[in-house]
Amino acid sequence: MEKSKLLVKDLNLYYGANRALKDVEMEIRDKAVTALIGPSGCGKSTFLKCINRMNDLVENVRIRGQVLLDGENIYDRRVDTTLLRKKVGMVFQQPNPFPMSIYDNVAYGPRLHGVKAKQELDSIVEEALKGAAIFEEVKDRLKKPALGLSGGQQQRLCIARALAVRPEVLLMDEPTSALDPISTSKVEELMEALKKSYTVVVVTHNMQQAARVSDDTAFFLLGAVVEFGPTAALFSRPRDKRTEDYITGRFG
Amino acid sequence: MTGDTLYHKKKRPLEALLLGAVYGAASVSVLLLCGVIGYVFAKGAGTLSWSFLTTVTSALKQTVGIAGNLVNTLYIIVLTLLAATPIGVGAAIYLNEYAKPGRLVRLIEFTTETLSGIPSVLFGLFGMVFFGEVLGLGYSLLSGAFTLTLMVLPLIVRNAQEALRTVPDSYRSGALGMGASRWHMIRTILLPSAIPGILTGIILAVGRIVGESAALLFTAGSARLLPRLGGGLLENVKKLGGKALESGGTLTIELYLQMQNGKYDVAFGAGCVLIVIVLCINLWMKLLAGRWKTR
Ligand SMILES: Nc1ncnc2c1ncn2[C@@H]1O[C@H](COP(=O)(O)OP(=O)(O)O)[C@@H](O)[C@H]1O
Ligand SMILES: [Mg+2]
Repeated sequence: MEKSKLLVKDLNLYYGANRALKDVEMEIRDKAVTALIGPSGCGKSTFLKCINRMNDLVENVRIRGQVLLDGENIYDRRVDTTLLRKKVGMVFQQPNPFPMSIYDNVAYGPRLHGVKAKQELDSIVEEALKGAAIFEEVKDRLKKPALGLSGGQQQRLCIARALAVRPEVLLMDEPTSALDPISTSKVEELMEALKKSYTVVVVTHNMQQAARVSDDTAFFLLGAVVEFGPTAALFSRPRDKRTEDYITGRFG
Repeated sequence: MTGDTLYHKKKRPLEALLLGAVYGAASVSVLLLCGVIGYVFAKGAGTLSWSFLTTVTSALKQTVGIAGNLVNTLYIIVLTLLAATPIGVGAAIYLNEYAKPGRLVRLIEFTTETLSGIPSVLFGLFGMVFFGEVLGLGYSLLSGAFTLTLMVLPLIVRNAQEALRTVPDSYRSGALGMGASRWHMIRTILLPSAIPGILTGIILAVGRIVGESAALLFTAGSARLLPRLGGGLLENVKKLGGKALESGGTLTIELYLQMQNGKYDVAFGAGCVLIVIVLCINLWMKLLAGRWKTR
């Protein structure tokens, strides 16, 4: 797990005149969990969205710098965003299953990318639901509307939906902040399991969560990375005074 | 303040009065509606008969019937919706999903709003000159349908836009985040969620189409003929299609003309049929919308 999957070089992002990311540098390791922490509005979500170019959809955004995925700059003009987003999946803060059946939710991505055969879809859906640790709970109601699930189940369904396109990187933006404690611990366990096969980048508000699930942690403040390194070291011996203040709860 | 007790419930006569007034207004409007429908049926029921529904008024054969107008009404409804629904929904998708919010969007929205405030005779005049003369469609069902398309477009656009607006943004980013193109996202996520709203627009449009007279009198005319069928299947299809290019009066036109001639019983009869048609279409659309929601 020493290989790097993503290399971020001198990344700057402007919303109009507002500079939301400042000279961000980061090396995200393959098959590891990287946590992004920091107070609200410091640019964590913005940074996360840069990794699968979801910021392209926002008006008046300017981006400078590079994000290399396996050595390829995702902001290169030749990049196809559909292929990029197939490789780099995203799970949002609010569970957002589509208003269709559980099965159709998970099959949405594979269908989008051209899988048509019923049997193949069936096995992809089952595999993805198992990967997101929700198969046992929903296997008897695959044709039921996804919106009938509980919040925690919906979020794991969204993870399954993202896994179904077999991504290499999984971005999660505060995936547990809308969930109850039991669902939260399920999703945390899931992250542990996911890093065997995926590179996971997770934004979290919760210090303990970052400490529990991540291998590396980046601390953001006002759009800049203040400190980045192995989680254990960052939490036990922070190098920067501001990091220490934040992780000990003195501000934020 | 009089001590600490809570037991000082005040009587509020104004409140009671207002409540009464609101209930009164509600019952008056329901009663009026029921009254009008009841009156039309009481007057028209005597005229309704199988032959009234299945023959065409003809001095030669001594028959009085609205079969031709019934068919014309269906033609106009179907043709208008075939033109207005794709254009209206397309425009709503453009305005809501593609266009950058700004002056152009506001201009288009303002124009559609204005379009719905123009009296229908004016549409009739425009349709007669533009579709009838310039495009050479003459007095025809097609010319009438195109004219009505202009009239119902605002209803369809507005309702489709409203429906698209209520679809949460999280669905959009969910689909786009998996690599869906914008159009794929619209087709698979937005449109299915917006169907009930689009159907609402269609219901309102049908009401407007069925009720229209002035705009059609100048464009579709008032002919009462049934399509003359016969021959092979292909020939029949051709004849049915050809009918769109012939003149034809809807039930409302017929009602108007009969009223002018003092034939009130026939007019009320046509009125009953009109009400039933509108009712059926509304119920059907509600059923469709309901079925869609429970999917
Ligand atoms: N779509 C947007 N348009 C303009 N400004 C934005 C947008 N999204 C975020 N911002 C701004 O960028 C900064 C970083 O926001 P965000 O990345 O959401 O922070 P975080 O996720 O760390 O709470 C904030 O100042 C926020 O106001
Ligand atoms: Mg955020």
